[in-house]
This record gives sequence, structure tokens and C-alpha cells, in this order.
Amino acid sequence: MVASSALGSTLGSTLGSTQVEQYNYDIVRKFTIMALVWGVLGMTAGVYIASELAWPFLNFDIAEITFGRLRPVHTTLVIFGFGGSALFATSYYVVQRTCQTRLFSDGMANFTFWGWNLSVGLAAISYMFGYTQAREYAEMVWPIDLLIAVTWVVYLVIYVMTLRKRSQPHIYVANWFFIAFILATALLHIFNNMAVPVHMFSLESYSLHAGVQDAMTQWWYGHNAVGFFLTAAFLGMMYYFIPKQVGRPVYSYRLSIIHFWALIFLYMWVGGHHLHWTALPDWTSTLAAGFSILLLMPSWGGMINGIMTLSGAWDKLRSDPIIRFMVVSLSFYGMSTFEGPLMSLKSVNALSHYTDWTVGHVHSGALGWVAMISFGSFYHLIPRLWGTKMYSEALIFAHFWLATIGIVLYITALWVAGIGQGLLLRAFDEYGNLAYTFIETVSFLHQPYVIRAFGGALFLTGTLLMGYNTVMTIRKAKKEQSEIDAKVAAKLANA
Amino acid sequence: MFEWLSWFTRMENTKPFVLVLFSITFVLILLYVFTNRNRSKRLESYKNIPFQDDDEDGQSKDIKNEQ
Repeated sequence: MVASSALGSTLGSTLGSTQVEQYNYDIVRKFTIMALVWGVLGMTAGVYIASELAWPFLNFDIAEITFGRLRPVHTTLVIFGFGGSALFATSYYVVQRTCQTRLFSDGMANFTFWGWNLSVGLAAISYMFGYTQAREYAEMVWPIDLLIAVTWVVYLVIYVMTLRKRSQPHIYVANWFFIAFILATALLHIFNNMAVPVHMFSLESYSLHAGVQDAMTQWWYGHNAVGFFLTAAFLGMMYYFIPKQVGRPVYSYRLSIIHFWALIFLYMWVGGHHLHWTALPDWTSTLAAGFSILLLMPSWGGMINGIMTLSGAWDKLRSDPIIRFMVVSLSFYGMSTFEGPLMSLKSVNALSHYTDWTVGHVHSGALGWVAMISFGSFYHLIPRLWGTKMYSEALIFAHFWLATIGIVLYITALWVAGIGQGLLLRAFDEYGNLAYTFIETVSFLHQPYVIRAFGGALFLTGTLLMGYNTVMTIRKAKKEQSEIDAKVAAKLANA
Repeated sequence: MFEWLSWFTRMENTKPFVLVLFSITFVLILLYVFTNRNRSKRLESYKNIPFQDDDEDGQSKDIKNEQ
């Protein structure tokens, strides 16, 4: 089928017809490739810094590769490089397919590609050389912030204009999640990064906010980066790619509407739970914890909607590794959105905060949910983008197991590390003195850190396999295309 | 002229006000989505949008369109 349609189209173009692509897949392809490139680089940085924590000699006294500098390189490359590019790719694909119209502007779409990737690359390099504004997940210095703001506005224009020229009267729910993500991210990025540069040609700047309000703004941004960038947008991905891969429509469209409104409303309030037991007013902290608990409902509503989409098709889990990625991603989504509200309770937070439990929680969301749903979506997308089948299904299975075992090792190691660390830090002896010295709490972490680094390495290996599988798929597609071209040329020569 | 806005600056006013406002909004969305059989049917029909640009034989247009 693929070959015959390719043959037909090649014949068409050879005979001089002016066939125009209905959809702009070129931009989707470019972002897909960059997502994998940033994913491999970012995860490599992650495994390296995890190893630095386990074996500190790996810092080698080289400032550029110390934990403090490589850590934002890791978070930026995986969140914005891998996650962001995955979202650009899938949102551009989904909006075209569900609106049945071509992307608004090819030129503007290319601008977002270069603007975004330049921002990510420059950010990573600048952190290694010590340039940071020290705001978590927003360490980029002000000129990069400006570039991101411009890129993002262009992205919003493309998305809105594409929706406006849709052939389909209704806007499919996946696009609601994508547009909420684009709007909220613009708002978050601009308000969190308001700063006054030291002077025109300096990369340093001062935040416009001060004291506890600065902390509040940072965590309003930080948690909504999780809520809108790493959750809402990937739910958009989920609402399109799971039904497509399973071959069944989403379980309940009405539930998806409730899911959307409840989720985007509740997320905005919860940032304060990162600042329990600080100078933040107590009522703000309590409000954030209250909304965090409420968030469990839409989160699980969405998860159930995704899982139930598989009703009657569970047998496909045996044979389809892509569905496995999707089901595991939903399971981790459900688990981490249960763990999050639990950790937002002040009493639990007193134990968990400032420990590796938080790091484990973030990774169960980021690896288990975000990365797994992205891998599943990409495995669905790549054969369609290049008009062929994946090079190796066995490698997809191998990737699935490496990723799943890697995550499980990672998060269980950090549960042990975090809860143990929390208990050690607040243990008192019979006289009311601290029972353990700080260094004892650090040496306790060594073993879990080794296991965490190993889990991360497994996950990275899986991503490398995916990269190899993708490269070979693209090569296969090119080979098939050149064979078709040769056949067409031979036919025309004989005619 | 805008003195009435200062009413909102007092937490004892704002908290119950937003509680009632948000709760009512949420209930209205629930009612809109889950009542009226025809509306429910229409809303549920939108779930098929991702499949509407597939060919009859199930082959996705995306491969074909790419050429």
C-alpha cells in the first residue's frame, strides 16, 4: 500500500503534476529528530551527574562539568529540548490532522524550530560557563528568555491561526490541552523572568520580584511548568495518539471535557506547596495543599479515560510494544499524581522536602509519564512521517523493558534515599540533640545513588536504541524511495 | 468610583466568594456536559475526529499524503 501510493505519487511528480503536500510534515520530522538528539544528550548529562553524586571524583575539579553546572544542563535538555521538541512535533501533527488543514505558515513554523533549538543549545552552553539566573527550570539568562518569548508568541500565532482555518467544525480536545499549554507557558515564562539587566551588554540581571514573593513567583512558575508543560500538553498527546494506536476512540469525550477544565483550573493554585514551612504565609501554603489534593480527581479522571480507551483491546498489549509504552505511561501518570498530592500535605512534606524523595517523584513523572508517552507517540509517528515501517520491532520491545526497569530502579532507590534521609535528618537522641551528623546522612545515600545511576543508565540505553532504530528507519525509507524512483524511471524509459 | 473593589481585598470576603463562584461554575460545566441526551450524543460524536481523515480501508492518509 505504502509502496503503491509512493509509486503513484512519484509517477505524478515525474509527469509534472504540481502535487502539494496536504500537511506540513517537514516541521514535524525536524522537531522529532531534535527531540531524540536532545533526549540522548540530556539523559547522558543526567546519568553523568547521577554518577557524580555516587562517585564525586567524576567532578574532576573541572568547573564546567561539576554537578552544579551540569544539573541545569540536564533539566533544560530533557524538559525543553526533548519534551519541548516532542510537544512541538506532536502538536503540529495533531492540529493538522484533527483540523484537517495545513499548518498556518511554513516560514513561521521553521522560525519556531530554529528559535527553540537555538535557545536550548545556548542555554546549555551558558550554564556550563556559569551563566545562570538561578531560577529553577528557568535558569536561562535574559537574552535567551527574550528569544524564547518571541518564539513562543510565534508558536501561539501558528496554532491559533491553524485552528481558525480548520475544516472540522469542532476543535478536538487534544488541541484544547495544547492551546492551554501554550497560553499558560507564555504567561509563566514572562512573569517569572521579569528582570532588570545589569547593563545592556551584561548577561546578569536582577529579578523584579523580591523576598518571599520572588520565591512564590518561582514556584508558581515551577509547578505550573510541571502542570502545563509536562502534564497538560502531554495529555494532548495522550488524547490523540492512544486512540489512534489502539484503533478506538477515547473512552468518554465528556469526561475529557471535565478533565480539561478541572485540571487547568486547579493546577494554577498549587505552586505554594513547594514552600511549606517557610516564610510563605500559612494560608497560602494550606490553599496550595488543598488544591493539590483536589487535583487528584481530574488527574485520575484523565488516567482512567486513557486506560479505558483500551477496553476490548487489551489483547494488543501482548503484541504491540507501542501500546505497552502508552499503558505504562498512564500507570506512572496515575501513580505520580497520587504521590504528588500526598507529598503536598504539610506533615508528609516535613519529611520529604529537601530529600531525594522529591527527585524520585519528579522522575516518576518525567520518565514514567512524559518520556514514555512521548516514546509511544514517536513510535506511532515515525513510520507515518517517513512512509515506512519501523526498522526493528524487537528493538522497540528492548527499549520498553530497558526504560521500564530503569524507571523502577530509579524511583525505588530514591524512595529509600529520600525517606531514609528525611528520617536521619530529623532523628533526635534522648537529650533532644540531632542523632546523626550531616555527613552520616550523606554517606547513607551512597548505595541508593549507585542504583539510581544504574537505573538512569538503563533508561538512557533504551533511548539510544530508539535513536538507532529511528536512524535505520529513515535510511530504510530513503532506500525504499530510491528503489521506487528507479522502477519508475525504468517504466518511463520502456514506455 | 472603584471603591467597591476594596471589598475583594479582604480575605474574609474573597475566600467564600471564590469558593461559591468556582463551585457553581464547576457544577454548571458538569450539568452542561452530562445533561440533555442530544447534547451528550453530539459531544460524544467528537471522539471520532482523529479517525475522520483515515481512508475506508483503515490506511491512514498520513502515509499517502506524505508523497
